[in-house]
Amino acid sequence: MSKVTRFTSADPGSAARISGFIAHLRLHGFQIGVAETKTALLALSCVNPIVPTEACLALKSVCAGSSEEAAQFDLLFQSFWMSEGRVRHKTVPIQRTGPSKNTRSSRTDDGQSTTGNGTVHASEDENDSEESYADGTGKLMASTVHNLMKKDLREIVTPEDICASEKVAIQLGNALRNRRSRRRKAARKGSSIDLRRTMRLSLSTGGEPLLLAWIRKPDRPMKIVALCDVSGSMMNYARPFLAFLVGLMRADDASDAYLFHTRLVRITNALRDNDPLRALNRITLLADGFGGGSKIGANLKQFSNSYARNFVDGRSVVFILSDGYDSESSEVLGPALSKIKQRGCKIVWLNPLKGWRGYEPVAKGMAAAMPYLDAFVAANTLTDLANLDRTLERL
Amino acid sequence: MTSWKNLQNLLAETGYVASNDLATAIHIAITIGRPLLLEGAAGVGKTEVARALSTIRDTRLIRLQCYEGLDASQAIYEWNYQRQLLSIRAAAEAGETGSTVEARIFSEDYLLERPLLKAIRQTKSPVLLIDEIDRADEEFEAYLLEVLSEFQITIPELGTIRATTKPLVILTANGTRDLSDALRRRCIYAHIDYPDRETELAILKSRQPEIEIQLGQQIIGFVQKLRKEELEKNPGIAEMLDFAAALSGLGIKDLTADPGMLQASLATLLKTQSDRLSVPIEVTARIAGKAA
Repeated sequence: MSKVTRFTSADPGSAARISGFIAHLRLHGFQIGVAETKTALLALSCVNPIVPTEACLALKSVCAGSSEEAAQFDLLFQSFWMSEGRVRHKTVPIQRTGPSKNTRSSRTDDGQSTTGNGTVHASEDENDSEESYADGTGKLMASTVHNLMKKDLREIVTPEDICASEKVAIQLGNALRNRRSRRRKAARKGSSIDLRRTMRLSLSTGGEPLLLAWIRKPDRPMKIVALCDVSGSMMNYARPFLAFLVGLMRADDASDAYLFHTRLVRITNALRDNDPLRALNRITLLADGFGGGSKIGANLKQFSNSYARNFVDGRSVVFILSDGYDSESSEVLGPALSKIKQRGCKIVWLNPLKGWRGYEPVAKGMAAAMPYLDAFVAANTLTDLANLDRTLERL
Repeated sequence: MTSWKNLQNLLAETGYVASNDLATAIHIAITIGRPLLLEGAAGVGKTEVARALSTIRDTRLIRLQCYEGLDASQAIYEWNYQRQLLSIRAAAEAGETGSTVEARIFSEDYLLERPLLKAIRQTKSPVLLIDEIDRADEEFEAYLLEVLSEFQITIPELGTIRATTKPLVILTANGTRDLSDALRRRCIYAHIDYPDRETELAILKSRQPEIEIQLGQQIIGFVQKLRKEELEKNPGIAEMLDFAAALSGLGIKDLTADPGMLQASLATLLKTQSDRLSVPIEVTARIAGKAA
């Protein structure tokens, strides 16, 4: 076994070391908070912390929260506590570096924007917060195929498009709204008697249950989570898809939208802007690198590890609008989709190429994705999207 | 020496062979009074942990099986409505007044305890097993969080009931859906994997001591090889024990002796049609030959 890490004499003590370790875990994607530090110290007091293996087991049971984290934990433990007797100067890691390059590059857009300063500032703030989520793997990838060519989305999508797509989105939303809940709720008319309330009501009639209270299983709304590929190969279809995203956001408050090319960007907040054209302007700023290469697998993996944990559940339908041409190896795509699927959602892949005669899902990415899809449909135009409601009703 | 080793030994005495990971996690959960979340494939012995713990601590095991749509009236408490109605009718005929009737029908006598309420009202701290929490929906998970952090339940007609003893809570999940981070964070976590060869042999030995060592080794070798085949549903430990019992019931002393018989006993291990088809008699014989 490798030697135990040595700490400098200025080191503040064991509690600080543990919090340093927790921060080290957090840097590696563990979702743990301040309370865990306390629990970790408590847990250490239950075992013999001098023995590294026991300390490792104790910390693992507190800090790891899923099978992946448990598998990762031993290595992280080794790297922090067992680094060959090297001296660790600071137990608390340094802050992450400032805004990434991509943030700055979108700021150069300021001069171009015509819709007034207010919007630009707002989207800048937006951009910062989104970026801090999206950095990490995203930044690294961007260096190879990142396309800095600017496309103004307002040239692609017209207000009429947005109007039409809003109708489509409402229609789709209605098709999805038929999911029966398994819980029972009080209702005026229902399928069975609510005994609890009936009892209460019968007190006033001397025990005769004259007034009956009912319960039934209400319908629960499904929500749409849309991920739109805006890489170079998808540029021809950007118009209907982007209009659809804007329409969707405006029609349905619960829905959620993302763009991806070489990076993944959440555009929900930007699209919620009251003015649809200003919304497009905001996502132009967010999504620079438009029309570059696409990394479907990597982006979906990132999605499954970050946003999906908060925004996707058993009542979600995940739309993926992409042609399935992945510029990276397709090995990550399958596991990523399977992980998203594990959250209990339905996955619908809308592929513009499927409309072509004789199309077979042979692109490696597409082939890897097929087993996890609940529906795989063609979508080139808004009309195609409008015809989706049949498919959605069957989900 | 250290107490988690003690715990591991105690568990072994009841016939549960726990890995170091698991034993430490259980020990910490008991000592600092947190719920324990166990994850792992079906059939690796998650539920069995709770049974073994209740045997060690000599307490009741209270089990709540989760399913979609599980709600408070099945998980916490329910009034006994039929009895209440009868009582009101009887009172009306006897000419009792409203307030006394009300006091009576909303008393403990008319309360049906469900697992969660039952668990916090025991005189001796029980083991509360919340099985397959991932099958319940998110509303229930959120409610559970509240109960697990406060250990008190409010019944509007009766008031707040505080826990007389804190139960040892064990939650199990096998990945039907991802659990919320909030729930994961409150729990001590342990992931249970399929056991390695030695551990599984130890399990077989402690559960079915009558099986001879050589056959035991063959069985474990066979099952472990079978798990490496691409199956829809990998055989778990419970299946392995069934398989062993079936073999000893059939009087088989050597796996390679009678391929036909062996194939028939695969019914205890392979539980889907496609798995049965993907392991024909030749494959079985080959695996058995390698395992021997």
